[in-house]
Amino acid sequence: MEKFTTLSAVAAPFLQKNVDTDFIIRVERCTGTPKEQLGNYAFEMARFLPGGAENPEFVFNQPRYRGARIMVCGEFFGTGSSREMAVWAIAGMGVRCLIAPSYGQIFFSNCFQNGVLPITLPAATVEALAREAAAPEAKPFTVDLERQTINGSVRFEIGARRKKMLLEGLDEIGLTLALEPKIAAFQAADRKRRPWIYPA
Amino acid sequence: MTGRTLLDKIWDQHVVEDLGEGVQLLHVDRHLMHELSGHRGQLELRKRGIRMRDPGLTIGSMDHVVSTAPGAKGGNAAWADKMIDTFRTESRQAGVKVYDIGQDGQGIVHVVGPELGFTLPGVTLLCGDSHTCTHGALGALAWGIGTSELTHVLATQTIVQQKPKTMRARFDGQPARGVTAKDLILALIGKIGTAGGVGCAVEYAGEAIRGLDMEGRLTVCNLSIELGAKIGMIAPDGKTYDYLKGRRHAPAGALWDQALAHWQTLPSDAGARFDIEHSIDCSALAPQITWGTSPEDVIGVDGKVPGNKPEALAYMGLTAGQPIAGTRVERVFIGSCTNSRLPDLRAAAAIVRGRKAAKHVKAWVVPGSWRIKQDAEAEGLHQIFLAAGFEWREAGCSMCVGANGDLVEPLARCVSTSNRNFVGRQGPQARTHLASPEMAAAAAIAGEIVDVRQFLN
Ligand code: SF4
Repeated sequence: MEKFTTLSAVAAPFLQKNVDTDFIIRVERCTGTPKEQLGNYAFEMARFLPGGAENPEFVFNQPRYRGARIMVCGEFFGTGSSREMAVWAIAGMGVRCLIAPSYGQIFFSNCFQNGVLPITLPAATVEALAREAAAPEAKPFTVDLERQTINGSVRFEIGARRKKMLLEGLDEIGLTLALEPKIAAFQAADRKRRPWIYPA
Repeated sequence: MTGRTLLDKIWDQHVVEDLGEGVQLLHVDRHLMHELSGHRGQLELRKRGIRMRDPGLTIGSMDHVVSTAPGAKGGNAAWADKMIDTFRTESRQAGVKVYDIGQDGQGIVHVVGPELGFTLPGVTLLCGDSHTCTHGALGALAWGIGTSELTHVLATQTIVQQKPKTMRARFDGQPARGVTAKDLILALIGKIGTAGGVGCAVEYAGEAIRGLDMEGRLTVCNLSIELGAKIGMIAPDGKTYDYLKGRRHAPAGALWDQALAHWQTLPSDAGARFDIEHSIDCSALAPQITWGTSPEDVIGVDGKVPGNKPEALAYMGLTAGQPIAGTRVERVFIGSCTNSRLPDLRAAAAIVRGRKAAKHVKAWVVPGSWRIKQDAEAEGLHQIFLAAGFEWREAGCSMCVGANGDLVEPLARCVSTSNRNFVGRQGPQARTHLASPEMAAAAAIAGEIVDVRQFLN
């Protein structure tokens, strides 16, 4: 997985609340579309007009936000289904960092599995950052994961384990496979405690 | 010493390793797969050259992309058939038991897990689907995962997880006639909002929950994710054990006795403290129906459409202040992992019996599993629906998400027993109203949203 250390990039303000995973990526795109192409369909119901033309109103279609790699989002971003394609689609657009007051829980976990950093901050701070991103003279944001800051001043919290995984681009499956002796020991003891769990 | 919650007890019994900062590696006792998310994980595992660790602890079923057209035996398109086939082949090679199309045991994963006795009290159960919270109705610790975590489960039979906060939602009093499990949980979502449960495992308790049958409890837990909680649970009791006894994957003989003794230790202790508490007075509730594009946009069917979300109203084609009853509908969908079980179908059939669906309404009944379909037919329920002009279809997810092409037409209005009324969920520009099976059946007959209590005699 690609490491995440510091990111300096345009931030797009998108404060809509309760943006759900069905809205981020339609279910039809989750059935056969290759992972690499999902970015083309992110937010498609808002991004394109019914005829297929781009909707000029949608934030990512505005010239200044086209290359945005940071999104400043509304409350409860990514609510809804477990579809990891929602993260793949956002990542496919180039976004690597989200800033929001809260997230859908499964979506939040899925971000870390894909090298996307979802930052949680109080609503007032998120709104202030969105205003900064929307200002005519807005500059790119800098997210520094090591120091846990946005633009040098806004501090955010993140668990040490997830931070390390992002910083070093570590893969969770690899880390857990190294714990195999512990898993085997757990099952051996548990078979005695709860034999009905395991096939005979 | 303060008491421990159901969550605390199950959690502690599954810790393989403490990874620090409240993050722990938990053993996964039960893993459920369906073709849509399952095949992605299987292919990822293959790509990495890793073998599935414990195929005996996983079962699979086909639900999301299967055609539910009467008599259908596969997907509704070539890509769907290919996906089904990949899932079938990969599962066979890994040694995973799959309940295939047309077999006893096939159906929506969250319906067949309990039906087969695969879901048990006290287990950790994961599935690549957000409504895995449903299984908590049997006292399991269950939640949905994405593709990467699914691959992690296949490879290691564990999951890395931070312990959630605890919330208890108490449902006091007894609901009136016509007020169902679906109405209870919708009312709670309306009260605390779709972000009300973020970061929590919710335990549902109180007189009204104890009074529900297992199927009703499954309906309640199903919508936990719509509360923002990925976990919902109900303490196991006599009803749970009666429900499970004799089911295909449930323990039998001496193992049953041993399991039962263990299960009886699981309910939260009397003195257990929860981080957050909510309560609802059920005796005052009317049948609920959503009016907007989030499950929290819910009112009693005797209520008026509020004006606080103009965008949602524009999408739904409604005006602030109008009574929700009397709104014309074109579609009715009775199905999904929320409300497609036998008692749901019986309740809907009781409303429909001897009546006819309005001419302009296309109404579907989609049983949650192959078994439910057979059992319903044995009781003659299908005849009641067919005589009223409803379609009686094959088991699957169908119009809940439309991954199989079962969609609501643009701008058409659908009363649906499913769990999500998001923009575009049932199809581009589709307008979804969530309600109970009884309410959906009544809407089909009346041709408009109507208070089901008018149909009760
Ligand atoms: S019925 Fe709907 S909510 Fe349930 S698993 Fe299927 S698609 Fe998901």
